[in-house]
Amino acid sequence: MLLLLAAPLALAALAFAMPAARWRPRVLLLGAVAHAAAVGWAWATRPAPVLDGWLGLDAAGLLVLALVSALFLVCAVYAQGYLERRRDRPNRAFVGGLLVLLAATSAVAMAQHLGLLWVAIEITTLSTAPLIYFNQNERSLEAAWKYLVVCSVGIAFALLGTFLLALASTGPGGPRSLLLSDLLAAGPSLVRPWVRFSFVFLLAGYGTKMGLAPFHAWKPDAYGEAPGLLGAILSGGVTSVALLALVRALQVCDAAGDGEFARQAFVALGLLSIGLAAVFLVRQRDFKRMLAYSSVEHMGILVLGLGVGGVATAGAFMHLVNNGLTKGALFLTAGNIHRAFGSKQVERVRGAAAVLPISGPVFLASFLAITGSPPFAPFFSEFAILTGAVQTGAFAAAAAYLLGLAVIFVGMGATVLGLVQGAPPAGMERPAMGDSVLSAGPPLALLAVVLLLGLWVPPPLRALYDQAAALAGGR
Amino acid sequence: MTGWIDLLFVLVLVIDLFVLASSRLRAGIRAVALQGGVLAFMPLALAGAATDTRHALTLAVGALVVKALGIPWLLARATRESTVSRELAPLVGFVPTLVAGALGIALAIWLGSDLPLPFPGTHPLLVPTSMGTVWAGLLLIVTRRKAVGQVLGFLVLENGVFVLGLLLSDFMPAMVEVGVLLDLFAAVFVMGLVMFDIQRAFSSLDTEKLSSLRD
Repeated sequence: MLLLLAAPLALAALAFAMPAARWRPRVLLLGAVAHAAAVGWAWATRPAPVLDGWLGLDAAGLLVLALVSALFLVCAVYAQGYLERRRDRPNRAFVGGLLVLLAATSAVAMAQHLGLLWVAIEITTLSTAPLIYFNQNERSLEAAWKYLVVCSVGIAFALLGTFLLALASTGPGGPRSLLLSDLLAAGPSLVRPWVRFSFVFLLAGYGTKMGLAPFHAWKPDAYGEAPGLLGAILSGGVTSVALLALVRALQVCDAAGDGEFARQAFVALGLLSIGLAAVFLVRQRDFKRMLAYSSVEHMGILVLGLGVGGVATAGAFMHLVNNGLTKGALFLTAGNIHRAFGSKQVERVRGAAAVLPISGPVFLASFLAITGSPPFAPFFSEFAILTGAVQTGAFAAAAAYLLGLAVIFVGMGATVLGLVQGAPPAGMERPAMGDSVLSAGPPLALLAVVLLLGLWVPPPLRALYDQAAALAGGR
Repeated sequence: MTGWIDLLFVLVLVIDLFVLASSRLRAGIRAVALQGGVLAFMPLALAGAATDTRHALTLAVGALVVKALGIPWLLARATRESTVSRELAPLVGFVPTLVAGALGIALAIWLGSDLPLPFPGTHPLLVPTSMGTVWAGLLLIVTRRKAVGQVLGFLVLENGVFVLGLLLSDFMPAMVEVGVLLDLFAAVFVMGLVMFDIQRAFSSLDTEKLSSLRD
């Protein structure tokens, strides 16, 4: 299990140290392959906790770890072609930063101690900021600065929440510990008002990291300016580990008998995120920012699923995976379109399907998938969340959720169809940066997995969804 | 003895208000450094019979080195080498932020007395000081326009979190607290690096020029 942390970190050190820029992308690929192999081994053997129980893999952690690893592997393959094309940019900090990010996200997925969890999330923030600045222009600098300021404040709040939770554990008979297993076992002896106080700060802090409205201010800028590759990892991987932190907070609240309060907060923020994303998605002129608002929407759907409970909880974990994989395909193809046309403004891009015969249609199909069209996987998870809302009697939330999804489908559809269809602008028939195996293959593979997961969920994966849902108090 | 500790807490809160009101960058950095120094005393001042003295001493020295000396020095150097004006231009005037800060602190003291701690024997001003300082830091980040002003705000915010952390030093492993100090250092360090680049790209440390990304 320690290999999952040690291997990326060692390779990151190698990437920072090695002088030859040409070979650095290979180090990234090596790290991703080694990590994926280690995750496969961990899935098969389910190793026991190590380091006095500070690191361990439960169902929710394993699910997030597998998602991050898969996404990272696809992105590492994509990076081979991408970094080759962007030879003009120094890639030392980019490759090294990505590997540190991989180690940090793995640490979050495995952390069973809330202090360690916080440290690992802090490292994801620090290692991401230089990555956003990859293009080294004014706009990416602005995005990186906003990301750093907003997320640092969020991280500080999360630390405050962690301290408050530690205080809650010091009552009579309390465990005086931040180990998840101790907190869950102690349950009712946690001091209730302090648990609630702590949850508010944890929600604001990790919610910022996840990009839930109203803490999403950094998201459109960061996703808009970062390379598509990083957008894929951020929107699928880093936001998922932040969600995992919120799941931990929910588990503790449940154990302390205050789960209802946490769930209501989740439903409220979830609906707010969906609504706000719908407002900003419609007529958005920049298609990468459009994807960022779509990410805000899906973070809202995830916490909504956790909030309504019942079958929606398993639906939320399912959607975590489906959204992550689909977002990967969307951001990678969006990056390809951006590069081929040299613009991410909607007015300048037309006929992407003609210019990029694979990326264009994959972008369109991924849009259909993310907005919940069958037979792609997100349809089934979004439907499970709706079912959960109706079954638990949350009719108003279900109605608001459906309305939001409908508005977003129409709003995003108008933009995406305009990009993909039609005749390309003059002189764009044979772009300098067209589709290649390394640029179009990875998103195509992700889309194929999303389609496959819609048609058939392998039994081990389904079991994992159910086990994770049981942890978070659902079915 | 207790009167002496009261004084430390009050001093932290007064520094919050001073930073909120100060328009001079140098004065702000010095005040935050002084706040760090005061905080470094606290683990020793609050040490009871149950406290591990060596642990409290490590924490105090760590806080002194990072909060009172290291980071203020880095910030001072960053501002000296840049050509920014020495004023901390605010987006919202000094008086309204000062009033908001004072109200927040008053609220923190009032609410803090309402929410009893799970274990006895803590200083009554500790939680209000922490919450008031967090609030002051947040106000600074939101209302200051210069990058350095925002970093100062972040430092004040982190100081508030540190005060709350003092409650836990008896039973939380030292590792977590070392992690806290290191992370603070790392955050500001990266912020500083980015700041140099902002300055190079815009020849100013004014974050209001960072406004081409909006909806």
